Amino acid sequence: MGEARDGVKVKRVVFVTVGTCFDALVKVADCQEVKDELYRRGYTDLLIQMGRGSYLPAKSTGDDGSLAVDYFTFSSSIADHLRSASLVISHVGSGSIFETLQLGKPLIVVVNEDLMDNHQSELAEELAERKHLYCSRPLTLHQTIASMDLNSLVPYTPGDATPVAKLINRFLGFPEES
Amino acid sequence: MEKNSSCCFSNLSSNLPITCLITFITIFLHRVLNVIYRTGKPLGKRVSPQRPLSTLIVLGSGGHTAEMINLLLVLRKERFTPRFYIAAATDNMSLQKARVLENSLADSSETKGLSAEFMQIYRSREVGQSYVTSVWTTLVAMAHALWLMIKIRPQVVLCNGPGTCIPLCVIAFFIKVIGIRRSSIFYVESIARVKRLSLSGLLLYKLRIADQFFVQWPQLQRKYPRAHYVGCLM
Repeated sequence: MGEARDGVKVKRVVFVTVGTCFDALVKVADCQEVKDELYRRGYTDLLIQMGRGSYLPAKSTGDDGSLAVDYFTFSSSIADHLRSASLVISHVGSGSIFETLQLGKPLIVVVNEDLMDNHQSELAEELAERKHLYCSRPLTLHQTIASMDLNSLVPYTPGDATPVAKLINRFLGFPEES
Repeated sequence: MEKNSSCCFSNLSSNLPITCLITFITIFLHRVLNVIYRTGKPLGKRVSPQRPLSTLIVLGSGGHTAEMINLLLVLRKERFTPRFYIAAATDNMSLQKARVLENSLADSSETKGLSAEFMQIYRSREVGQSYVTSVWTTLVAMAHALWLMIKIRPQVVLCNGPGTCIPLCVIAFFIKVIGIRRSSIFYVESIARVKRLSLSGLLLYKLRIADQFFVQWPQLQRKYPRAHYVGCLM
């Protein structure tokens, strides 16, 4: 769990993605409480996609026996970062949520309480109820990390657009696909 | 209709403009009710060989475009062509993603010629914009939508939630009323809507503008019985 094995440290990356802007999440991901909790749970690196936010995390190499921290603002595709992550902490964007779930990565979504119409929390709560991910608020993130049991998460079966296509084709009078 | 006119005729024959106005309004209302009545009624079986249907695809920022692309991947391209992609003027990513999709289609099939066009429309309302100024910007968006729709006259409209689709769907409905083109409007509510419809969805459902209304979570189907529950697209 992050210890040296034959001299090679096994990297376990936590990838935090906030979408366009979500300072509260960047701040809390960078706070000592959360970083200590992540380190305790065996993670070695913290990579934060911070968007247009004004809060800049403190970079760290992690040589002093703590979490290595790095960040960037945007990238054209976060797919590679998701693929190499051992844990993903994300804002409630349906794009990042489903990309992460389809890759089978453990996911904590953090609801942005500053947003006016918080319909997005509906999706987070529904998926959390179905045990596909953990749902949290910025202030309770460290508790979620401390108490999470990733083995209890249920894998997400990717969706399918064929039922819609079938109904559309039938409505327009196109013959059924074989 | 005839009885209506002859009843009023003796009283209003001296006032022709009013007669014309009342007749016009009556015809218009009749057309609106007729279109609403026919909304949702499937078209008849297409005669073989099936001619393709020109299709308008409305893209939106965030997950909207990703969901739309997921749907487009399972539709047979030769049935829905030519394809017109529309995104809001301030949305740069969506048209780019659509171009990537079209390029991959061009590579895999032998179809030649331009089967896809990409355009932008003024936004009715930016996120966080005040509702007062939104009235004016919505009118501008409507005018722009009218211009685009008259140019394209699509037979199929696919949309899934962004505010951009409202002016376009309303104009499509208006075009049906006038009788220029009968289009089929399909609306897929976003996967992020679990318990409540978006404003776009609510408008298109309540006003019966969408021919078929799809929802991705069972809770919404229970609340809105005319919607079709199709499960998650992502």
